[in-house]
Amino acid sequence: MTRPATDPLQIGDRVYRSRLLLGTGGFARHQTLADAIHASGTELVTVALRRIDAAARGSLIDVLREAGVELLPNTAGCFTARDAVLTAQLAREAFATDLVKLEVIGDERTLLPDAPELLLAAEQLVADGFTVLPYTTDDPVLARRLEDVGCAAVMPLGSPIGSGMGIRNPYNLSLIVERAGVPVVLDAGVGTASDAALAMELGCDAVLCASAISRAVDPVAMAAAIRAGVEGGRLARGAGRIPRRLHAEASTPDAGLPSFATP
Amino acid sequence: MIEVNGSPSDVPAGATVAELLATLDVPDGARGIAVAVDAEVVPRAEWPGFALADGARVEILTAVQGG
Repeated sequence: MTRPATDPLQIGDRVYRSRLLLGTGGFARHQTLADAIHASGTELVTVALRRIDAAARGSLIDVLREAGVELLPNTAGCFTARDAVLTAQLAREAFATDLVKLEVIGDERTLLPDAPELLLAAEQLVADGFTVLPYTTDDPVLARRLEDVGCAAVMPLGSPIGSGMGIRNPYNLSLIVERAGVPVVLDAGVGTASDAALAMELGCDAVLCASAISRAVDPVAMAAAIRAGVEGGRLARGAGRIPRRLHAEASTPDAGLPSFATP
Repeated sequence: MIEVNGSPSDVPAGATVAELLATLDVPDGARGIAVAVDAEVVPRAEWPGFALADGARVEILTAVQGG
């Protein structure tokens, strides 16, 4: 019998053993990032594209190549479909990959996705041959529309990026999981290992986590903790939890209960 | 005048993308680099032959942590 926690994750035609995707943002040092990659067991990590800086020390690409992980370029900072499509095309050129974590942000304060622009960009990128993983809200209808235009996964938020607020609407996430024909990756909001475990218990196929690891007091230990959370949650989902009850249900039988009544 | 990453460049009009990159110490064949001119991707294979017109706005991008 296959243990569900070790079932591979398939996104498009790619297969991963790890169900934890790591965001590289927020690590203070490249060495900490490398150690956290190792501790997390991840095989897929995000990178962003920015203007080249002659003063920048060390090559991020070399660190990631050394770690043996695949790159998932993002379109962070894009507010329009046009900018996101161009950024994805530049990332494909820079990193020789068709993978893209599509982000089209609609609001500076919450960094919530702009749904119409996101859908438009997703459609154009799919047509251009990309394997598109869109960062989306926890709206089940939008998730379905993204799948319908050909996205290889959907990545709903649990709560806003970097907020560490966990999963604010587990009900919506369950509705997305119930309908999805592509992998559902919880993206954004994880604060600690229990959030990642809950996402997997709700039926998500994977978790993408950045700040919860990179900004933890001990990022490497938190990488190991969230990895364990993902694996535990996946096992629990497969194991089938007991229903919630209002009242107690004794786990010890009444039969054979002695009588200590005094004569 | 050619604009590179938002600032005026000393590189004269008519220079190629490859020549511009050489002035910035970006090694030939460097991985993890992408170039856009006037909001259009210039594929790596076209860098040696792509001449920059006067007024061209060039973006030279590389990988940073994020996401």
